Amino acid sequence: MPETTDDNYKMAETINEVKFSDAGMAEIQRYISHYPEGRQKSAILPIMHVAQAEFGGWLSPQVMDKIAEILNIQPIEVYEVATFYTMFNLKPVGKHVLEVCRTGPCCLRGADQVIDMLKEKLNIEEGETTADGMFTLKPVECLASCGTGPMLQVREKFYENIDSEEKLDQFLETMRNTEVETPYHQAN
Amino acid sequence: MGIKILTEHINVPGIETLEVYRKHGGYRSVEKALKTMSPDEVVEEVKTSGLRGRGGAGFPTGMKWSFLAKPEGIPRYLVCNADESEPGTFKDRYFMEKTPHSLIEGMITSSYALGANTSYIYIRGELMFVLRILEKAIAEAYAAGLLGKNILGSGYDLDLHVAPGGGAYICGEETALLESLEGKRGNPRNKPPFPAVKGLFASPTVVNNVESIASVPWIVNNGGAEYAKIGIGRSTGTKLFSCSGNINKPGVYEIELGVPVEEFIYSDEYCGGIWKGKQLKAVVPGGSSVPILPANLITKTAAGEDRLMSYESLSDGGFVSGSMLGSGAFIVFDEDQCIVRNTWNYARFYHHESCGQCSPCREGTGWMEKVLHRIEHGHGHQQDIDLLVSVAKQIEGNTICPLGDAAAWPVASAIRHFREEFEWHIKHPKEAILPGAVYRGQLATIEA
Repeated sequence: MPETTDDNYKMAETINEVKFSDAGMAEIQRYISHYPEGRQKSAILPIMHVAQAEFGGWLSPQVMDKIAEILNIQPIEVYEVATFYTMFNLKPVGKHVLEVCRTGPCCLRGADQVIDMLKEKLNIEEGETTADGMFTLKPVECLASCGTGPMLQVREKFYENIDSEEKLDQFLETMRNTEVETPYHQAN
Repeated sequence: MGIKILTEHINVPGIETLEVYRKHGGYRSVEKALKTMSPDEVVEEVKTSGLRGRGGAGFPTGMKWSFLAKPEGIPRYLVCNADESEPGTFKDRYFMEKTPHSLIEGMITSSYALGANTSYIYIRGELMFVLRILEKAIAEAYAAGLLGKNILGSGYDLDLHVAPGGGAYICGEETALLESLEGKRGNPRNKPPFPAVKGLFASPTVVNNVESIASVPWIVNNGGAEYAKIGIGRSTGTKLFSCSGNINKPGVYEIELGVPVEEFIYSDEYCGGIWKGKQLKAVVPGGSSVPILPANLITKTAAGEDRLMSYESLSDGGFVSGSMLGSGAFIVFDEDQCIVRNTWNYARFYHHESCGQCSPCREGTGWMEKVLHRIEHGHGHQQDIDLLVSVAKQIEGNTICPLGDAAAWPVASAIRHFREEFEWHIKHPKEAILPGAVYRGQLATIEA
């Protein structure tokens, strides 16, 4: 996995053309239509979510440039937003990004232990991706699931009450056999 | 069982669909308001109800509405704050996921009262699955003529959209939320101008929490005076509490304000007592930002009276011996929890979530995290406790938005009530870093 910004650029250069799927583009246009004339930039966050779902779970510079083109704004306006919000990954990630809640209420019920077990089982540190590219471990702050902690999120799904090693093993096994889907394809 | 205003039908199968929701009296407030009341009459009912903002500040909703500027020819906006990110809070997510039409009904009735023709629900980006539930319900409402042009033949038009955030606690602050909704970094704005004058797209805007908006239909249907009869004193109505931590029954409970805290913690109707038969150590009653209280001060006030689940009672004693109701996130700690570790965890959270705009918050939250980290990990210095108190003081009140205060209060209150525990960590670093080590008052014991 690339470690530096330069590596990211090199890797990103191998992407020939940034092209959203028809469903993705329709979703983008739908979000843009929610805002008044001249305020199309407002749709930038939902568009970045669509882009991240379409292009492997992260936003490459090329993808961000494409978003700027769609919204008719300067690329820097996309970069400054993408770097502010923690849901957007600016480096390549594994197939499944495990976003484990590490905030107080989940820790009262064992979130620290879940993070430690994941590090050990996957043999990676926080922010790293497994050698097979299957998992990235990304501890995050409170996910509004404090009554069902410890918990973690993978894309749009919450996996809650992961309060034993057995449940964690089961979860990992499920994820190994889970294919990535873009959710709005089903919605539309 | 007290009265349920928000969650009466929440467990009815199919309540997320328009059909079932209407069967249980859904959208009556839209018919009543749009066909028989003027917008100002709706505002008056909400004022009379005494409803207070459920997002954390507790500011009277009707009064907030009455501040909205109404210049000719400029659109007005209602924005629902569904960015629920305060550690400990998950009531809005639960509510929207289970009964999305309740929020949509509240949005229509409230938008009508404010004269807004376009409204937004800004939901935190992590809750994309809830966004899809809301969008599905909104589509049903459009199809039924409850949204769009000429709603129910009343001549009133409303478009309602859901917008996701991108993972930033700060966007729960209303001006940061508006910046984010405009597609920018979530940096809070200087006030004035307040959103009521210059909010979304520089137009007059009201920002309200999910639960506040969802309380409006009941108020319209039954009258503000009826609502004001529920609850206790200036804490009118019912409130959703998100209960987490070391209790037997974590979850969301709707209660009439005024239930005794002790009953709330130990009754099987609510939290069901402390898990595994353990003792209560402390409670953060209103979300991670509010002061933590030790067991003796959460059930009784300093004057020895029963503490109640109400705005006034939870803040009785000010910050010396009281706390705040906040967003109603009730986080319970058992005897095995380490206050230093928890305070470090919260400090890390606020450092992570500081937008970086104001130096006291950007630098101060980093300092607090660093100092707490070293105390927790056995490298604390004698003067660190005073250093923390001093840094917290320098953040509080010196920032554009309340995140600074929210970061300072948990640290200041933990030291106020659990100073001995911090001192023990500094004096006995080797014992303190053992796994599961907890300070237990005068009889310090270690459990490995």
